Amino acid sequence: MEPLKMIEKDIQPMDVHPMNDILRMDRLPHIWCPGCGIGTAVTAFAAGLDKANIDLKKTCIVSGIGCTGRVAGYIKLDSFHTTHGRGIAFATGIKVANPDLKVIVFSGDGDLISIGGNHFIHAARRNVNMLVICINNFIYAMTGGQVAPTTPLAAYATTSPFGCVEPPFNIPYLADSSGAVYVARWTALHVRRLTNSIAEALNKPGFSVIEVISPCAMYYSRINRLGDGLDMMKFYHDNSEIRHGEDTKNLDIGFQTKIIVGKFVDRERPTYMDSYNKWLSGTKKAEK
Amino acid sequence: MKTNLKAVLTGTHTLSGNEACIEGAFAAGCLFLAAYPIMPAIETIERYLKRSAEVGATFIQMEDEISALAAVIGASWTGKKSMTATSGPGFSNMMEHLGLGVMLETPCVIIDVQRTGPSLGIPNRAGQADMMQARWGSHGDYEVITLAPGSPQEMFDFTIKAFNFSEKYRTPVIVISDEYIAHKKEKVVIPPADGIKITPRRYFKGQKDKYLPFKRDKDFVPRMVDIGDGFKFHVTGLTHDDKGYPIMLEECQEYNVHPILWKIRNHVDEIVEFQETGTVDAEIVIVYYGATSEAAIKAMKQAKDMGIKVGGLKLDVVWPFPDKKIAELAEKVKAFVVPEINYGQIVSEVERCSYGNANVIFVSHGEKGINNTDDIVSAIKLALKEKERKKGIIEYRSQAGSS
Repeated sequence: MEPLKMIEKDIQPMDVHPMNDILRMDRLPHIWCPGCGIGTAVTAFAAGLDKANIDLKKTCIVSGIGCTGRVAGYIKLDSFHTTHGRGIAFATGIKVANPDLKVIVFSGDGDLISIGGNHFIHAARRNVNMLVICINNFIYAMTGGQVAPTTPLAAYATTSPFGCVEPPFNIPYLADSSGAVYVARWTALHVRRLTNSIAEALNKPGFSVIEVISPCAMYYSRINRLGDGLDMMKFYHDNSEIRHGEDTKNLDIGFQTKIIVGKFVDRERPTYMDSYNKWLSGTKKAEK
Repeated sequence: MKTNLKAVLTGTHTLSGNEACIEGAFAAGCLFLAAYPIMPAIETIERYLKRSAEVGATFIQMEDEISALAAVIGASWTGKKSMTATSGPGFSNMMEHLGLGVMLETPCVIIDVQRTGPSLGIPNRAGQADMMQARWGSHGDYEVITLAPGSPQEMFDFTIKAFNFSEKYRTPVIVISDEYIAHKKEKVVIPPADGIKITPRRYFKGQKDKYLPFKRDKDFVPRMVDIGDGFKFHVTGLTHDDKGYPIMLEECQEYNVHPILWKIRNHVDEIVEFQETGTVDAEIVIVYYGATSEAAIKAMKQAKDMGIKVGGLKLDVVWPFPDKKIAELAEKVKAFVVPEINYGQIVSEVERCSYGNANVIFVSHGEKGINNTDDIVSAIKLALKEKERKKGIIEYRSQAGSS
């Protein structure tokens, strides 16, 4: 057989998109801008779901509000697009009411860390079994580029016209100190590593957090003169450093400084349902 | 659904309103409570926990009331009947998710044990000043069902009714009690499990890929499924189509939101409930609900003893408001007397529905506590003396208070 024909035989034309089972194709095209990193993160998520080898029928996804808040609407699982910042609270209700379900919260930095900050730390403290994927683009993008609790010091936003004056949250440190059992950070460039992290965290019992640094080419990049999405990816390529197991205290991100990525926390702690069932079995024994 | 026999505490008990409320919830099949501690609703949570292990019900104390109702709505989608309990300040926090519950059309029950306000008010004194908040508290257009029990027995009965309404119309339902009923202990009769009418959840029974979460039946009520049943549905708080996909067009706003109102408005006659006493030949009718019931009934008796033709209309369901009933009575009677533990809320609805056909006298129980029948009786006498049709609400001022 001639080589060319052999290739033709091996590569079959596909009738359907490879992510057809994971994405709601009837909702495409999506709303995200060119150069945005959310789409890449969703691709990694779809691949991670596949790799994690979990029952998709028993898996649900909850989002809050914002650009990343729209993710739930594009994923073909039982999916909920809820109120601003309350995704984790909503997901807690689902998980506690039916512990057999796998619950994922996919939302942005403003949603999870600002308006939803209280729910974030309390769910981590309780160690409710869920995976939180937090896209961090350093800005409120859906509303047009306002300063966020993750905006680096001195970075510009429409509501910080003289440069951001508030120190930002270090999300892995916040998650770690609140009690999360799995904490990782990747950029939208680290697709393969992010995929592996998602697959790993999906099978980790307890509260897992994966932060994904993502370019916002439309607002964060434009107001700060950082070029387009590709330029920001180039920046991640040149300035991110993988340091697994790094102390989360050292993970602050300054304006255009080095970004440390990797898996920082992977530990065991009884989940909320473990403790709850232990209490419940104790009560039932006492009754007898 | 199998009835859990341990959930129904059949027999005669001495229970406070808060305790009776939880017994009602268990009897209705409630299996999930998320709440945040607040006076004077805390005994509901404590009662729930005392019984949850034997009933097999789940509980979580959330970090605030915002997350409590969010968790309740999430839990309801797993197929468990879910509820929360709170008081004024927490009820204000819950308004965000009352709206979400309406938009996602999620059955759940909210217990609001009213205290005084605004803001913190007096945590351990009864109030009735959340009545309008229950109706209008969340932004946007919506209709809500609100029941107002007037005794621990009604706390039990109405909580069951609330769960039934929420399943029937796929909507959040509010039970609005107050500190007085919540803490009053009385005889509560709990019937056998088979004597309690329970409305089961209305599930979609078709093919997995044919499910539309907001496809309405002739009653405008869409069917539900549970998370994890393989329907892979999507729901959103944004204006959406039948599939639950967001569509940012005015046509869709009309298509989506108007039927949410219709499903309540078109069934007002089936939802509205009230108790009438002696209204047939009454000259004066006392309109009352909740904690003021006791004082109103006593006042009615006193006035009758004086030879005054007085009747009573107790509102069991406050929202939707019994517009027709009030309008019908207004044409027959001389005046309505409305006692409330606030500075005028439900009285304005009575005045609206009277269409100027009867005088409306408002008795605020603000100064002398909630069991002052004298003020109500004096207001009845005032109503009798009044010869003219007065425009607007006449506010009764007690002699002891400021003029």
